Amino acid sequence: MIIKNALHFLRILRVSLRALARNKMRTFLTCLGIIIGVGAVIAMVSIGAGARAAVEKRFENMGTNLLSVRGGSRNIHGVRTGASGWVRLTVEDANAIAQLPAVEAVSPSVGTRAQVVYLNKNWSTQIQGTGQDYLLVRKWELEQGTYFDESMVRSAAKVCVIGSDVLKNLFDEGEDPLGKTIRISRVPFMILGVFKSKGDTGGFGSRDDFVAIPYTTAMKRLQRADNIQSIDVSAMTAALTIEAKSQIEDLLRIRHRIPDGGEDDFTVMNMAEIAEGAADATNILTILLGSIASISLLVGGIGIMNIMLVSVTERIREIGIRMSVGAKERDILLQFLAEAIVLSMMGGLLGIGLGVGISRLMKYVPMFSTIQAVVTPGSVLLAFLFSASVGIFFGFYPARKASKLDPIEALRYE
Amino acid sequence: MDKPLIHMENLTKTYHIGENVVRALQGVSYSIRAGDFMAIMGPSGSGKSTMMNILGCLDKPDSGRYVLDGEEISDLDRNQLAALRNRKIGFVFQSFNLLSRTTALENAELPLLYAHVGGKERTDRAMAALAAVGLKGRECHKTNQLSGGEQQRVAIARALLNNPSLILADEPTGNLDTKTSEEIMGIFTKLNEEKGITIIMVTHEAEIGAKAKRSIHMRDGRIVREEVKA
Repeated sequence: MIIKNALHFLRILRVSLRALARNKMRTFLTCLGIIIGVGAVIAMVSIGAGARAAVEKRFENMGTNLLSVRGGSRNIHGVRTGASGWVRLTVEDANAIAQLPAVEAVSPSVGTRAQVVYLNKNWSTQIQGTGQDYLLVRKWELEQGTYFDESMVRSAAKVCVIGSDVLKNLFDEGEDPLGKTIRISRVPFMILGVFKSKGDTGGFGSRDDFVAIPYTTAMKRLQRADNIQSIDVSAMTAALTIEAKSQIEDLLRIRHRIPDGGEDDFTVMNMAEIAEGAADATNILTILLGSIASISLLVGGIGIMNIMLVSVTERIREIGIRMSVGAKERDILLQFLAEAIVLSMMGGLLGIGLGVGISRLMKYVPMFSTIQAVVTPGSVLLAFLFSASVGIFFGFYPARKASKLDPIEALRYE
Repeated sequence: MDKPLIHMENLTKTYHIGENVVRALQGVSYSIRAGDFMAIMGPSGSGKSTMMNILGCLDKPDSGRYVLDGEEISDLDRNQLAALRNRKIGFVFQSFNLLSRTTALENAELPLLYAHVGGKERTDRAMAALAAVGLKGRECHKTNQLSGGEQQRVAIARALLNNPSLILADEPTGNLDTKTSEEIMGIFTKLNEEKGITIIMVTHEAEIGAKAKRSIHMRDGRIVREEVKA
């Protein structure tokens, strides 16, 4: 009985396929809606997954014993002052943190963007004010030259260490940058060293595109302010990061005179938390992109319904003929539903091809060059199942309409 | 043996078209034996089309009984009626009602699709039926490549495919010229005489009606006259 029914279904399916084959152009255009929808869903989800992987890798390379201390909103008798009352960390805070037993080293951080000029070349880049222990804290090494020392930081010397991207953009190949003077916002700085390239580990922009200068110089010459934005701290070991975090919190609560039970006016994050936050952000981005792409899939589904309604109206007489020779409601329903499902599944399969293709080609688009789009089997399966359900959902109404026609009326229809 | 193939008892059917009430059938009673060849004649609006639709199980009467080959029609639903049409009735229409842009073979085998017969058996039976109506060699022509007479032959082949007990022909020669009409009528006569298939034909042409063994004349939803060929 099951085999007989399956055979019957296959025969009806053949009728549907022939009808689709007769209108090739229409079939293709109807599919196109689904192709684009499924393709967009897969491409967007793949790019999102790629961005997430890039972010995770980036944080992995930073070292797990890194902590970041930032100022927060001030809380005066329960009244939170918001961004205007932002608590600024001071150099004294940084020095105090450096004395904590679980802390290996600290580097106060002041960042800004500026135009860097060398001779006739110029480049806009991130200017990072750091302490002398920056290399230690950030687990970084130099390609050549030396880093500025404590005395240079204390005297706010106009010296800098440049990232490899900056080197590439300001100097000709083979030219020795050490000892040369570049101008940052018109202030001359002498180059002491060049960072080792961290490579394109992906993510949002390169990590080799910046210039490090003493934070004191950054405050005095560029920022013209006497506080620092954040403090990078490295714990003695990875296992001590949690301990270091609580020591820093206790210390700053005392320094900032926060009473017991009062809210902190600063935050201490370890890299794991920051990475998690960034991953969450890319997840939200993925969901957002996927949802927008799904809308196009929905529109494709409506396209199928539209064409099926037209198709039913065009073929009322055919339906009458089929009913007169003994087609049951189920036979007619099946025939038109099968057409809709074939349309959407064909669109789904071609859409998967399109989506995978877009994901593969993504690395040739400069803007996305650092993101390795990852096509997950889950997203492919999801998009395919979704497109099949779109076919069933949007094909059902026209098919049911066809199956409920009155055979006499249908036979007379001109 | 004495049981009639078709038994109609006091059939009525009323249509409401807007404000108008059309009494298409007003108490028709009649019986037809298996193997008969009958013409239903009458002017338009006489109720012959309505009677045809009911006889063909495409429609149900408002009241009265219709028994086809021992089955009471009034109790059946849409799907049961479809199954009954599939097994027992072959239709031939004035406008042929073939699927366009489809081959003669595919048209002819249509009833077997819905009888759940497939594969070689379906093709073989359709080929045989097409050969029986003189279309051997034209099986793979699309219907729009066939002449009117050929199209009607395809329709007859289709009607024959499930070995029906009854063929209902609604003005089968209405769209054909005289010569082709005679050929088609010849096929009907042959089927009736040689295979004993019951044929009921609606027509308003006296000449065509005269080919049948018997004819009934309708007017205003009633049978007004019956003629039996000597």
